[in-house]
Amino acid sequence: MDWQALTLSLRLATWTVVVLLPIGVLVARALAWRRFVGRRLTEAALALPLVLPPTVLGYYLLSAFGTQSALGRAFVSLLGHPLAFSFAGLLVASLIFNLPFAIQPMQRAFEAIPADIRPAAACCGMSPWRIFTGIELPLAWPGVLSALVLTFAHTLGEFGVVLMVGGNIPGETRTIAIAIYDRVQAFDTSAAGLMAAVLLALSLIAIAIAYSTSWRTEAARG
Amino acid sequence: MYERIRRLAAIATLLAGALVLPFAAQASDVPNIAAASDLQFALPDIAVAFERATGQSVRLSFGSSGNFRQQIADGAPFDLFLSADASYADALVRERRTLDAGVIYAIGRLALFVANDSPIAPDAELRGVAAALAAGRVSKFAIANPAHAPYGRAAQQVLTHAGLWRSIEPHLVLGENVSQAAQFAASGAAQGGIIAYSLVRAPGIAQRGRYALLPASGHDPLVQKMVLLQRADATARAFYAFLQQPAARAIFERYGFDLPPQPMMGTPSVRRAPA
Repeated sequence: MDWQALTLSLRLATWTVVVLLPIGVLVARALAWRRFVGRRLTEAALALPLVLPPTVLGYYLLSAFGTQSALGRAFVSLLGHPLAFSFAGLLVASLIFNLPFAIQPMQRAFEAIPADIRPAAACCGMSPWRIFTGIELPLAWPGVLSALVLTFAHTLGEFGVVLMVGGNIPGETRTIAIAIYDRVQAFDTSAAGLMAAVLLALSLIAIAIAYSTSWRTEAARG
Repeated sequence: MYERIRRLAAIATLLAGALVLPFAAQASDVPNIAAASDLQFALPDIAVAFERATGQSVRLSFGSSGNFRQQIADGAPFDLFLSADASYADALVRERRTLDAGVIYAIGRLALFVANDSPIAPDAELRGVAAALAAGRVSKFAIANPAHAPYGRAAQQVLTHAGLWRSIEPHLVLGENVSQAAQFAASGAAQGGIIAYSLVRAPGIAQRGRYALLPASGHDPLVQKMVLLQRADATARAFYAFLQQPAARAIFERYGFDLPPQPMMGTPSVRRAPA
């Protein structure tokens, strides 16, 4: 059992969730309520990672992050090391890959809030911030929570992109999914089996949470 | 409603707590070693011997030499690269990504491996493979990907010399590296495979089937070369030197590697002074 890899994956998933929470809420809310030019296009672009093969994203990230590109060299002068093959690089890849998992459930949740509630609250003298924290978030939170849980679980399981931009470095880019692959290749089936079971359990818990919150939303709506 | 917000706040606090775990990479005084996957079993033994001898440790990553060569060119933070052939190491030397011209540390050998229940009888001339092929009893045969794995290229040469390449090609499954090819063959999912002899000798694989060592004359020699990379520190240099010492050479030999004819002892020639 590679505890270091598990910790690394949990750290990566936590950071992904923390960074995507404010981004997701803002973007999902805008997509749900605002009508602006290019809205459909934005939605389509944000859904792209759902169908994009991980190797395609991995390839582009590797080209962008590696030291053979201008952008990559800019990162090196900024960070002192290339973005590829580092934890920060994995985080960037993970953020991109999880955009639809974070935004779509949140968007559905915000869309479900009746349109006349906010003007009504404003009429009662509530400030936009009070409306957001006191009315919107409490109504949308099951969607927000299931978005975060899905993002977390999806990050734990991400393999293709990590394999391409990570480099399998223990403690830095060897996530649990990569560690399983690594252990299978080393014929260490007991460690691979244990880690696979841990990932299976975590995924089951995540799905259970995500489903129970969406069930609660439906129940609340009647 | 406020109860829900409180619950949300509790979850947020939990998440924030997890963030206390350090973000930055851990102290980078432990060098990263990129190693060809035929070293999967030999190198951990050598690392243990190194740790016992010096008290210093190294971090090992295994993969295909071609992929590592590409990743190092893209700036991957490795200190030492043990390639399964000379060309990938030499390419990095030409691109001035290394501290020295590299050292040959071992010569790889190939073996035909078949799982215990395979219809193929293992022999050094591949007669069993030819017979099983002719009888239509081979559905899958594993080698490493010849496009970027040196052992895959050598396996292709052996099969070509034996006159079997054309007939076996439709049955090939390609491992991303030689270790994955070994996995395919040992699991019995493929009826056999031509893989690294160093992997066949490892306990986890040896008990799963039978093997035959293939003659070195059947393919271009798998000259395995290592190079110190730009960011190598004192520990990486010490490990590099250790890999050329008798203790490490004995471990390579135990795992079925041939040793370079000219044992290179002492400190390697390093072009640049340590920073």
